[in-house]
Amino acid sequence: MNLHEYQGRVLFRAAGIPMPDGDVASTPSEAESIARRVGGTVVVKAQVHAGGRGKAGGVKLASTPAEAAGAAEKILGMTIKGLVVHKVLVVPAADIASEAYVGLIMDRASQRPVFMVSPAGGIDIEEVAATTPEKIRRLAIDPRYGILPHQALGLAFFLYPDFAKARAAARIMEQLYFLFVANGCSLAEINPLVTTPDGKVLALDAKVSIDDNELDRRPDLAQLRDETAEEPSEVKARRANLTFIKLSGNVGCCVNGAGLAMATMDLVKYYGGEPANFLDIGGSSNPDKVVSALRIITSDPSVKAILFNIFGGITRTDDVANGIVTATRQFKVNVPIVIRLTGTNEREAIRILEAAGMQALSDMDEAVQKVVALVREAA
Amino acid sequence: MSIFADRRTRLLVQGITGRDGSFHTRQMLEYGTQVVAGVTPGKGGQVFEGTVPVFNTVAEAVAQTGADATVIYVPPTGAAGAIFEAADAGLGLIVCITEGVPVMDMTRVLPYVRERGARLIGPNCPGLITPGQTKIGIIPGNICAPGRVGLVSRSGTLTYEVVNQLTSQDIGQSTCVGIGGDPLNGTSFIDCLRAFQADPETDAIVMLGEIGGTDEQNAAAFVKEHVTKPVVGFIAGQTAPPGRRMGHAGAIISGASGTAAEKIAAFETARISVMKRPVDVVQLLKARLK
Repeated sequence: MNLHEYQGRVLFRAAGIPMPDGDVASTPSEAESIARRVGGTVVVKAQVHAGGRGKAGGVKLASTPAEAAGAAEKILGMTIKGLVVHKVLVVPAADIASEAYVGLIMDRASQRPVFMVSPAGGIDIEEVAATTPEKIRRLAIDPRYGILPHQALGLAFFLYPDFAKARAAARIMEQLYFLFVANGCSLAEINPLVTTPDGKVLALDAKVSIDDNELDRRPDLAQLRDETAEEPSEVKARRANLTFIKLSGNVGCCVNGAGLAMATMDLVKYYGGEPANFLDIGGSSNPDKVVSALRIITSDPSVKAILFNIFGGITRTDDVANGIVTATRQFKVNVPIVIRLTGTNEREAIRILEAAGMQALSDMDEAVQKVVALVREAA
Repeated sequence: MSIFADRRTRLLVQGITGRDGSFHTRQMLEYGTQVVAGVTPGKGGQVFEGTVPVFNTVAEAVAQTGADATVIYVPPTGAAGAIFEAADAGLGLIVCITEGVPVMDMTRVLPYVRERGARLIGPNCPGLITPGQTKIGIIPGNICAPGRVGLVSRSGTLTYEVVNQLTSQDIGQSTCVGIGGDPLNGTSFIDCLRAFQADPETDAIVMLGEIGGTDEQNAAAFVKEHVTKPVVGFIAGQTAPPGRRMGHAGAIISGASGTAAEKIAAFETARISVMKRPVDVVQLLKARLK
């Protein structure tokens, strides 16, 4: 789960990381009063989960509180990469002497949190990695000991030859590591970490992602989720305990298990179709989940046919069949449904479907070819 | 022979009295797995299904029953604790089925388990099965058949799909291992490839990967150097959009890294026959085993 910058700043502040003052606003008048309180020139920044906010016009300088209100007026309601801006962050404009990058990610290869730092900050770090890899230093941290003082200082000296600045940056890295572990992050990034002409080191941005698996035991973090930034169908799916991702095709897919769901989408493509979604109904076989799944899939007007692909292991295929029949009684499904099911209780499942006038196939390839053909006919 | 587990494996079930634990313990007993003990703190002294003694702690269960492997069906927030306890009790094989274990927990679990010489499979995995001998986890026994093809996978139901194709064409399996769909896990493709290569009763290997990370690319490099047995591979997620987690926590394309195309290319340079569809597994294996 990605946090907005203003939410990340709350975690940064709690960890003691030095940042410019400022606050978040939902209206131009709120932005104006924040600008008045912090004084001087401010930056008004759109709070959306999208990179390239500046280029899209979502970051503006304002030299007076009235200008800040005007900037907020322009940015609030703006759409950046398909996302509507509901909030802006208002912070004093810092005098910048230099920009660096400090990031901490959960690294799969080393199975540890890994620091990435670079004196080339303020730009996309993947671009730095591609063009000037020598400007990046990486360090895997042993989670049993955390970041050790000499490790932090070593990384900091790579950013700043000056001892006072290096010491300040090392302290920030220790604080960043602490907040990363304390909040179960998968990413915590400061881009840019700046120095000011009077020698201060400050975090000018706060990018934080929380491991989704942490949210059950951390309701305080879970409530930071911004559902307005998500596809509405994906929000509905999460509430129904389904994993759903909307795609751009027209073959609705309903599958049990993530690997099989991906393989099913791939097979739809292989036979010349385009999947409309990824949907994993999970291992348990609750007919209600199937009803929710069908509701979500059918609410997408681009879906021209629906494919069920169920391999019953823990999932009982008769439960899925019951769910399909219940759903078609509760609401009208206007597109054809192709059902492939095999495994646990498949005889009972076939009986349930046939009693309701539906059929089931047992072969995955046959079912996918059939659904793709139906979509072609509908076109 | 087989890898990691066989008919002599003496299994302990952590979370045996829970909903999932009790259901799957019955299935394992029915399959013939030697389930010698269960652990649920606070329920020590009970007997599960009239045959399996339940203990409060893993240490006690091991001391009383000589269990040498464990399977974990406890909820996500307790899973790391269960793995620590199992490793501490000296169990050599720890299979964690639980989905949703926080990654931060795994960063502490993995070195702990390794230092004690234990093998962890999972988390977020279906476990393993040596057909005709033992099953540890949730892979349906009825779709498997004893034989000489080893299978390793990051997925659950996709594994069942492929195993079912094999069995229906009379191609049996030595051992099928699901290593799990999480970004940090205990056993990698390479660990399984090494074991299958060393197993005299495995003739060929099927490897089912997916988008995200570089485990498949590393596995391909390992195959090139160290595996002489034929390998057939599949990558799920060719149509997955970048930046989205496709159900499995580890199935995500980050930037330009972890794509299906890059993994398939790595397989091809390592002479791994690449399945375009799950059904292709049979023909490709037959061609390589000629």
